[in-house]
Formats: sequence, structure tokens, C-alpha cells
Amino acid sequence: MSAQPKDKSSQKPALRFRGRSFLALSLAPQQPLDAWLADLDAWLERSPGFFQGRAVILDVAALPAIDVASLRSFVADLDARGIRIMAIEGGDAGGAGLGLPPAIANGRDSQLPVAAPPRGKPAPPESTTLVIEDPIRSGQSVFHPRGDVVVMGSVSSGAEIVAGGSIHVYGVLRGRAIAGIAAQPGARIFCRKFEAELLAIDGLYKSADDIDPTAIGRSVSARIIDDALVVSPLD
Amino acid sequence: MAKVLVVTSGKGGVGKTTSTAALGAALAQMGQSVVVVDFDVGLRNLDLVMGAERRVVYDFVNVIQGEAKLAQALIRDKRIETLSLLPASQTRDKDALSEEGVARVMDELREKFDWVICDSPAGIERGASLAMRHADVAVVVTNPEVSSVRDSDRIIGLLDSKTLRAERGERMEKHLLLTRYDRLRAERGDMLKTEDVLEILSIPLLGIVPESQDVLRASNIGQPVTVSGPDTAAGRAYADAARRLKGDPVPMTIPGEKTGFLGRLFGRRAA
Repeated sequence: MSAQPKDKSSQKPALRFRGRSFLALSLAPQQPLDAWLADLDAWLERSPGFFQGRAVILDVAALPAIDVASLRSFVADLDARGIRIMAIEGGDAGGAGLGLPPAIANGRDSQLPVAAPPRGKPAPPESTTLVIEDPIRSGQSVFHPRGDVVVMGSVSSGAEIVAGGSIHVYGVLRGRAIAGIAAQPGARIFCRKFEAELLAIDGLYKSADDIDPTAIGRSVSARIIDDALVVSPLD
Repeated sequence: MAKVLVVTSGKGGVGKTTSTAALGAALAQMGQSVVVVDFDVGLRNLDLVMGAERRVVYDFVNVIQGEAKLAQALIRDKRIETLSLLPASQTRDKDALSEEGVARVMDELREKFDWVICDSPAGIERGASLAMRHADVAVVVTNPEVSSVRDSDRIIGLLDSKTLRAERGERMEKHLLLTRYDRLRAERGDMLKTEDVLEILSIPLLGIVPESQDVLRASNIGQPVTVSGPDTAAGRAYADAARRLKGDPVPMTIPGEKTGFLGRLFGRRAA
């Protein structure tokens, strides 16, 4: 019935596929799951909304024996906390079923791009450091997953910096500093005056209550030594 | 060239409305033409503090919705000729403020007055963000206590990102007005020190207003404290702050202290 001429070069939209890459956060729970969830709750209490709007992958490599039913209820537990799992990594791909996020494999840790060896004219390396001149106010969040963050001013209570690499604060650090999220255990946090609410490097975190009170008010650096986050004065 | 000024704080009960009335009256007493605008739709108070509650016929929302002309809604102050009030509506809520409507009224007010002073509601929601949206200058009202300081810090972040000025890439002028300051409690260490507040917020100090019965009394009798008690410590503090807003150099004094200790410390940082 259609009076539309059937033109071969009609305006039919082309079906296009494009490869795009996003940075996803990978959660790797460990048994016992109840204790792991309790830890997660403690983290979320201090950083509510941390996972909001971010792509999250569930890495179940450390849970080889988990059955589909418990995995399903675990995903629901995470969902109840506002963490939407977009895919499951490290498990038996065939084991996943309906109602569960798809299985994926071959994820790589995101890392700073490695500079190509200079050949002929060396191109200037692209800086991945984010320098912020202004103070970071309460409620502001700086998310820089690919490199270091340098803040010339202070970071207020209730503000948050998330960096792929290290974090340097030349004012007072009163808020939260989360470094090394690009799987960089060598990342560090430096600040001129330490009054932080929370520090984290490569997934290991410490809240203010767990940090040696003698560090408060001093210039400090934080880094990971033997799987523990260590805060030490600089002066 | 008219200046739009927002009086804001994040936290409620710190003295935004009182400060709006006092600063507006003080600027008008210096001969400037001033309008104070109540953005607290649904919880209006500025009309009470200005003593104009029985003269409200039309309000801000009526003007935005085209039910009244701006001139019909403006209330001329009985004491100071150059001072006017645009009251909020008490029977509506913040959704009645449309973005375009507020922009239109602000443009009209800019043409009529030297100063348009917007009294922001507490919080960071629609009412507060519309109140700051068109501002050229912000006065951040803060009490010397941690919760007020943190909320002010949050508001400063919004002033630097969500205002028209910030979106155009221009710098937003911000001033700190420290209110309900109690010298004895500060000395005892029950309150944050002025230096600490300034260090955390790192914006210039516009003035320090003491906690005082004069301010409460002024609000209750419907008079800005700069009108009812120009010689009280609070009245003088607001008048000095208004002169600094106008650009006059006035040395900073700490209420209840004879020596200008803070003036020497912070004179340079004061606006």
C-alpha cells in the first residue's frame, strides 16, 4: 500500500559497530562473602555514591566454588547497595545463566600509557597529570583515572579525589584521597597538612580513625608496604 | 551598572534573611537604590524582617507568571526611600519559579536598581540554585561552627560551577560574612576561630557580626538592625560590611575588641 518509491539508495540508516573503551572498576570479593559485604558497607558509609554511574565488573576468580544461586543472590546484594554489575569476569562462562550479567574475559588492568621508544624525532610525551589550582570544595569530586592529580589548594572535608596514579595536595587534605585505582600499588598520596577523612591506594583503605593520630596536622606521605597502607610523616 | 548580589549559606538559621535586610538597608541609607528579593518561596520571611508583611499584595511568583507587573509587586520601604522589597509567595513552592521567568525579572530589576540583593533559601536545591544563578557577587553567611563552615564550603563550590558567571568562565566575586560571633565563646575555644574559618573557606572577609539581642529585637519589630540600631555593634558591623561591598576601604574590627587585632591580621584580605 505504501506509495513510497523503493529507491535502492534509500535513507536506511547504516548499522554501525564501533569499538569503544571505558574504564570499569573491578570488584574482587573473597570468602567469606558476609564479611566482605560488611567491609563494603563500611566503605560505602564513608563514600556513598562512589559506585554510582560507574561501570563495575565482578571478578569472581577468588570464588571458584560459587554456585549460580549464590552468585545470583550475591549480585542482588550488590544491587541493593546501588552497585550495578555490568559483567562477570573470571568465572566459568557456561555457569552464568539468565538473570545474571554476561561473562567476559581478557580484561586488562588499565595502566598509564607506556611511551613508545623514541625513534627519529621523539614526540613530547603526553602529560597525564591533572593540576588543579583552586581549592576542592565540600561535595566536589575529582575523578582522574589515568594519571596523577596535583592540587595546589586545600581539599575540604566532604570532597573527594580519585586518581589512577598518585595524589599530591599542597594545601590541607581534609577530605578523601583515593589513589592508584588504575591498579597501581606503587601510587602514593602526599599532602602538606594531613587531616584527611579517608585514604586509599589500590583498593586498600584507611579511615581517619585507623590512622596514627600523631600524623594529624603534619606533612605526610602514604604508600603501600607489604599489603598495608602506611602513613608516615615527611618532616 | 547594577550589581546582583546573592546572600547564601547552605545551612539554615545562620542569618541570611537578617543579613539581606541589614545590608540592603545600609546600602540604601548610603543613597544607593536597592531592591531585596525573597527567593524563599513557600517559607517567606524577608517581608517580616523588613516590616512589610501587611503590605504584600502581589509577589515574585505573580510577576513570573505574568499575573502582575513588576511595579505592582515591588514594595517601597517606608523609612528609606531608595529601598524596595520583592516578596516571595507563601502559598506556593519553589517549582513556581521558572528559569526563564527568574531571568526576565532579574533583567528588569537590573535596569531599575543599583543593587539587586537576593535572599537565598537554605539548602542546595532549586530555590538556592536559582537565587545564585544570576549573581555577580555572593555574600556567604557563615556561623563559626563546623557544620555551617562545611555547608558554606559546599555552596562556594556551587557558586564557582553552577552560576551564569561561572558557566561563562568568569570569576565569581565571593565574600565571607561571619555572623553570630561570640567573643567570649571564641576565647574559651567553644567556637571555631575566625582564622580557622578563613583558612578553610579561603575567600575574603566582608565583616564579623556579633551574636546580639539587638539583631533578634530588630527582626521581631520588623526593622533591619542597621535602621533600628545604627549605633549597636551589630548595626555598625553591617554598615561597615555594606561600605566594603561598595568598595570603600574600612578597617576590619572584631566585635567586642578595642584593638584592631584582626584588622592588622586580615586587613589585606578584607574586601
